[in-house]
Amino acid sequence: MLREKEDIFYLTFQELADLPVGFFPDILTAATPGEAFPKKGTDMTITKQPVDNGVNSDALLSARTALTEAPEAAEFTWRSTCSWVHGTFSQSTVTGFSGLGQEHTHRVPYTFDADHPECFASEDRGAAPVEIVLAALGSCLTAGVAAVAQYRGIQLRSVTATVEGSMNILGILGADPDVRNGFSGVTVHFDIDADASPQEIEALVAQSQKRSAVFDLMTNPTKVVVNTSSH
Amino acid sequence: MVSRTNVSTVIIGAGHAGLAMSYRLTERSIDHVVLERGEVGNSWRTERWDSLRLLTPNSHTRLPGMADSDADPDSFMTMPEVVQFIDDYAATIDAPVQTGTTVTSVTASDDGYAVATDRGVWQCTTLVLASGAANLATVPALAEEVPPSVAMVTPMTYRSPAQLADRGVLVVGSSATGVQLADEILRSGHPVTLSVGEHVRMPRIYRGRDIFWWLDAAGVLDEGHDEVDDLVRARHVPSPQLIGTPERRSIDLTTLGQLGVEIVGRLGSVRDGVALFSGGLANTCRLADLKLNRLLDRFDQWAIGAQIDQLDGPHRAEPTAVPADPPLASDLRRRGIETIVWATGYHPDYTWLQLPVLDRRGRIRHDGGVVQGTPGVYVLGGNLLRTRRSSYISGAAEDSRAIADHLHGFLSTGTRSARRRFAAPSCP
Repeated sequence: MLREKEDIFYLTFQELADLPVGFFPDILTAATPGEAFPKKGTDMTITKQPVDNGVNSDALLSARTALTEAPEAAEFTWRSTCSWVHGTFSQSTVTGFSGLGQEHTHRVPYTFDADHPECFASEDRGAAPVEIVLAALGSCLTAGVAAVAQYRGIQLRSVTATVEGSMNILGILGADPDVRNGFSGVTVHFDIDADASPQEIEALVAQSQKRSAVFDLMTNPTKVVVNTSSH
Repeated sequence: MVSRTNVSTVIIGAGHAGLAMSYRLTERSIDHVVLERGEVGNSWRTERWDSLRLLTPNSHTRLPGMADSDADPDSFMTMPEVVQFIDDYAATIDAPVQTGTTVTSVTASDDGYAVATDRGVWQCTTLVLASGAANLATVPALAEEVPPSVAMVTPMTYRSPAQLADRGVLVVGSSATGVQLADEILRSGHPVTLSVGEHVRMPRIYRGRDIFWWLDAAGVLDEGHDEVDDLVRARHVPSPQLIGTPERRSIDLTTLGQLGVEIVGRLGSVRDGVALFSGGLANTCRLADLKLNRLLDRFDQWAIGAQIDQLDGPHRAEPTAVPADPPLASDLRRRGIETIVWATGYHPDYTWLQLPVLDRRGRIRHDGGVVQGTPGVYVLGGNLLRTRRSSYISGAAEDSRAIADHLHGFLSTGTRSARRRFAAPSCP
């Protein structure tokens, strides 16, 4: 009995290490349509052919079960290292993260170039940091759409998210104390081609927001601690 | 000298659930006692706000062994009426209740369990925990960040708007409790802000019938704990946005907004006296609208199959009117908010239960009311204990029957080791 549990958990370790960054296994089980009062088999989309959006739903579901048994393994820490290069240009690198009780290394290190555009008197050697935030939101929600669609048996053909953040730069320039630094608002437009009704597609997108890490951290306050060492 | 009494079964709590259980045991000639810290129906008597009425109409508020009621099937009991209902029930079934008897500890003993109280010890072979799923108000940790100038109340301490400071009120939570209190407090003249997280939207009446008629007839209330995809989630679904009133009106975020309640997103934190709300309100409301429509689709499909006559035509509510630009922050002092009502749920109090039955979140591990790991111990009450009906008074009728059957079988198997084996399979 215990042995069997350990085996499941071990498999989960391997499979979870390959998970895309930015969403949580819970996204799938919470995705059941009509969850307030779900009824098995009635309002699920019944598909004739197996659906393949490239998401391993079964692995995610068993991961969720295993993590419920071993809650400490669910504690993850994500990391990024940013190095100043020149002017407003910097490079961030992500190499690894911790979770499931151990350290993990990405297949290869990923780097992100960030700079400010030329109209800010910068060299535009990378995306603006705020654009990287928008990219993260779009990626997180899109991953969620794919995962939920897989679970609900909906074949996707194309998904495009257009993310816009509006900002009055008087805030970051310190020119108007009543204007905030961050976005005054963010809009996401999804254009989705899939074997599903418009209402099912809307439900996909709604469920994706519900379980999105980046959507959560953009819509809710997060405690941020910044400390410094010098030498 | 502490008195010691031997009895086959101790039931803790003489609310509707404990009394229904008592009826079931009497039916099976099992000697038992019902221990009650206060009076019969104590929580209903002492821990509810003044205006509260049941969410279920009288037609869906029934206990086993009761005579047919002549009460209006479509009206909703007030709390004094509920107390009378439970008092009458206790008398009708002649339940062996020991009132004014507070349980101080429950421990495993040689052949069963020792229930210690302030009025002696009861030694029993089987034990039914019917002390309720809502003994304590759940208040989020961020309440600690609320400035001391703001008064905080919970639904356990709230009685009426008269007890609140004159000015603004922030109600946190949008289940039945949250929307009812926001409605009542606004109508009494206070400015009200309602912080809305995940919620369940439901009309009071659909196609001319009460929503509970639909939930019952279409089989929703009979869905079992072993049928739902995710039991932990399902047990934590907030109570539906319903209110029981003589006019049988609906209550939802659109109507509250029209009345003048300021609708904001989920409360994320309180920083330096400023409450910060989620920017995800629109999606929260959309999810509730989509879920409601799926539920109504299910009702309509069922009605076609069941060939129910005399129903009004199917219809769909307008999508929730979400404010275009809900505030993301509210300076409590500047906004004149002097009271926060935490309508953020309830949880049971098991501090007296010295049995290894709680999971890491303090929840009892049980399978349809059969507590796991402690043969002969059962629990009643709570969302989806056995079925979706378990949340409501009438859920105690069927739940108590199933649990009494299991308990009876357990007692009938003779030796302790045999009883252990009986306890292993799950409840039928």
